[in-house]
Parts: sequence; C-alpha cells; structure tokens
Amino acid sequence: MEVGKTLWIIILIKLVVIFLILRIFFFKPELSSYDSDEQKASHVIENLTKLP
Amino acid sequence: MLLSSLVDASRLQFALTAMYHWLFVPLTLGLGILIAIFETKYYRSGDESWKKLTQFWSRIFAVNFACGVATGIILEFEFGTNWSNYSWFVGDIFGAPLAIEGIFAFFLESTFFAVMYFGWNKVSKGFHLLSTWLTAIGANISAYWILTANGWMQNPVGVAFNPATARNEMTDFWGIVFSSTTLSKFSHSVMSGFLVAAIVVIAISCWYLKKKRNKEFSMRSIKYAGFFGLFAIVMLMVTGHSSAVTVAKTQPMKLAAMEGLYRGENGTPLVGVGLLNPKKEWNNDEDPYLFHISIPKGLSFLANMDFDSYVPGINDIIEGGYKYVDKNGEEKTAISFQEKVERGNMARRALALYGQHKDNPDTLVKNQVLSQAQQYLDENFEYFGYGFLKDPKESIPNVPVTFYSFRIMVMLGGYFILFLLVCLWMWKKKIIENKKWFIFIAIVSVPLVYICAEAGWIVAEVGRQPWTIQDLLPVQASVSGVSSGNVWTTFIIFAVLFTTLLIAELKIAFNQIKKGPEGIKWN
Repeated sequence: MEVGKTLWIIILIKLVVIFLILRIFFFKPELSSYDSDEQKASHVIENLTKLP
Repeated sequence: MLLSSLVDASRLQFALTAMYHWLFVPLTLGLGILIAIFETKYYRSGDESWKKLTQFWSRIFAVNFACGVATGIILEFEFGTNWSNYSWFVGDIFGAPLAIEGIFAFFLESTFFAVMYFGWNKVSKGFHLLSTWLTAIGANISAYWILTANGWMQNPVGVAFNPATARNEMTDFWGIVFSSTTLSKFSHSVMSGFLVAAIVVIAISCWYLKKKRNKEFSMRSIKYAGFFGLFAIVMLMVTGHSSAVTVAKTQPMKLAAMEGLYRGENGTPLVGVGLLNPKKEWNNDEDPYLFHISIPKGLSFLANMDFDSYVPGINDIIEGGYKYVDKNGEEKTAISFQEKVERGNMARRALALYGQHKDNPDTLVKNQVLSQAQQYLDENFEYFGYGFLKDPKESIPNVPVTFYSFRIMVMLGGYFILFLLVCLWMWKKKIIENKKWFIFIAIVSVPLVYICAEAGWIVAEVGRQPWTIQDLLPVQASVSGVSSGNVWTTFIIFAVLFTTLLIAELKIAFNQIKKGPEGIKWN
C-alpha cells in the first residue's frame, strides 16, 4: 500500500517536529522553572494581583 | 501589564493553530459515521460494491486522519507556554477533560482506526464493522471532551476558586460535562462536521460523474451523503437555536456583537442582511448600520423563545439596570460595567491580601485576614476578570468580525439547505451527470462548507473576547511572560508546518480520487 507508507512518513515527520523540535526548543511550560506548586501559585498570584 | 503585542501575537498564534486544526477535524467527525453506515450496508448485504465504496471513502478518511492527527496537541503546548497564568488558574477543570479525551477517546479512535485500515481480510467482518463504528464514535467522543473544556471557558460552572493555590477546583463534574454550553457546542460542532463530510462526498462523486466514470458508486454515495447532509443541516438549525438561547443567558455581549446591537428593546429584530456603520462606537450616537433588512422580533425569539422579550444591546450591558434571568434561573438587575470593575478589583485585592498573609506566622492575624479575604472573594469572584479592565470598550468584542462571520455562517447554511434539496431531487431524477452547472456548484461547495465551519468558530471565539474564561480572566491576564519574538518565531513555524500538511493532504487526496475506487488494492 503506497499511500499507507506515505501517510506513516507524514505522521512520523510530524511527530518528530512537534515533540522533538517544537516541544523541546520552543514550548517549555513557563511554570516548569518552579520546583513546587506553592512557588507556582505564588508566581501566578503575583501576576494576577500586581497593579497595571 | 504585558505589552499588547505579546497578547496579540499569542492570540494570533492560537487562532492560526485552532483554525488549521479545524480544517482537519470536521471531515473526520462526519466521514467516519458515513463510512460506518456504508460498511453496515456491506455487512448486511454481502454486496461487494458496498465494500468497495467503504474502502474508497476509508482511504480518504485515512489521508485526512494522518495529516490532522496531533495538530491539536500544539494547542496544549501553547496553553503551557504562552498562557501559563490561564493554565494554572483553570486548574484541573481544563486538564481533566483533555486527559480523558487523550486516554479514552483518542486511543479508542486510533486503536480501532488501525484495525479499520489494516484489518480488511485479517479480522472477521463483524469485528471490522465494530472497529469502524468505534473509530467513528471515538472521534466524536473525542470532540465531546475537547468541547467540554471549551464550553467551560465560555460558561464556567461547577467550580470553586481556591485562593491558597490560585486555582479553580471542580465541585460538580457532571455540571461541567453536561452544561448547556457544552451540549449546544458539541451538537452544533459535530453536525457541522457531518455537513462537511456530506458536501465533500457529494463533490467528489459529482467529479466522477463529470468524468463519466464510477456512476453507480457515485450515485449511491450522493444518495447517502445527501440525506446525511440534510439531516445535519436540519440539526444545525435546531442546535444553532439552542446555542443562541445559551449565549443569550451566559454571554449577552457576544449576542449583542453578533447582531451589532447597541440598544436593546422588547421585541428586538434580527438583522437578516446588513452593513455595519464603521463610524459607530459604543459611546457615540451614530446609527449602527448603513443598511439592514431585519426580521421583526426575530432576535427576541431566537434568544428567549419569546417574541416580546427584552434583549440587551452593547450599551445596555455597559450601563446595566435592565432585568434579566441569570443562568440559575433567578431574576436579577444587571449591574453596570463600572460596578463590575469595582467588584473585580475587590476580588483581586482580596486575592493579594490572601497571598500576603497565607504564611503569616501570627496565627490570629492570619486567620482573621484570610477569613476576611475569603469572604470578599466569595462575594465578588464572579466579576474577578473585570478587575483587569478599565475602559468599557475593552469589554466589547470585535463587532464587525463577529457580525459578518455570523452572517457568512448563516447565509452559507441557507445555501446548503437549498443545495442539498436540489441535489437529492436531481439524484432522484437521475439527471446530475448531465447538469454540468450543478457539478461545478457541488465542487465549489467544498471550500464554502469549510468557510461556513470556520466562520462558526470565529463567531464563538472572537465573540467571547476579551475573555479566556468568561468574566473571570481576560486574555491580557492569561498570557505568560514569554517574549513576543519567540511567539512570532513559532507562529511562522506553525504556518509553514500546517500549510505543508494541508498541501500534502490535498495532493495525496487528489491522487487517491484520481485513482478512484478501482484503484483500491486491499483485496
């Protein structure tokens, strides 16, 4: 099935781009730099309550 | 406050990703069900021509599925990176439906899709049919969980805010899963997917008729897709109405923007066709329309099922003072924008106070302050998001985009009713293959049905601005502190990636269509 092989190649290239390039180099969750949930909560509270 | 360029870049990137994602999804939702119906006919009759038909449309389904799968994951990356305040604030309300979607629905769909695609002559006919149905149902269940998350953003029910963690916590799982917004969004979105699939099947079949090939295959496909599409468009009218009723209750500003309505009245008309006055602002006396043809009392009926009911306009919502029935069924008097801002600021100050004192070593002071802050939050949290707004203009979505997108969607919906009725009549008379004009219209209808589906989403998402979570969090408070340069870089990567995928899908799909059902080599 030629089309089957083509589709598998598309899926694999896409997964590599999404998970190995975009996820690792461009999409680090901002809050992942904090170690604990308390620190994350404090950071968000600070963002949500600081005056403009 | 972060620069608006970062907010705009993040919004633009999310819009691009979501709109491209929605190019792939609707065909999967509808074509899966159609294929399952075709295979059921094969299972019951044993007629090989039904098998051929099933296999051909499965091939088109597979091309779309392979190109579209995982494009939605990028949206989840964006939540964590570009919208971290939002992601934390929503807590598990948003994460739970997405996790359920991934664990159950997506794996159900993907696992049985493999059997559906590779399992011909390897598993029994019955098991293959079951796999096809489970693939189709899995795709639609998948959509349900995604739309549960989206529905909650538009109508945040079933939660309590915990100031200690700055997160919303789920208090009523079933209230979230079966909220009126979720139900109307799901039914309307899925039916739009059914319509997309019906139009695509009819268009490809018409192309075969034009080429004088696969006549029996095409006529059979047109018949089933025609009735399937007609069912979908009737259901779209019903669910569109229920969506309007829900929006009127939960997002009155969106409804007002959809209509370009600045001053409401009892028995508000519905604008059928209209041209907005570009000079109109909420705080001037310009006429909202340069021209319009309206249906008397139409909006009142659409919103409240009562021809004489009151529908507030943009100015009414800003000024408050009108009576309305809230989403819990209680009659209330609307408060003004300014009051909402004051209450939102009280809630924000209470949260700040809570954050400052939650680790206070003086237990007596801590308990007193936290108790007081909690009380202020409980009383004012429903307006928390207004604490980030200053000017009433900030609470108004883009009226022209919402107004015209709504009309494009409705007018194309009307066109598809006519198209499907004519199509079925011509199928019955067996005259489609001789009518080149109809074949041309059928093929042109494919981009139109995608425009219709995208326009619906534009109404839903642009119309709810400035909110990521209705009334609780505006976009400017939701974004992360990432650089706008980073967002623009990934925006360009996405634009290239998705455009490549779209071109690949179209190229492979056209190639398969040219080969036709006779090109299938499965048995």
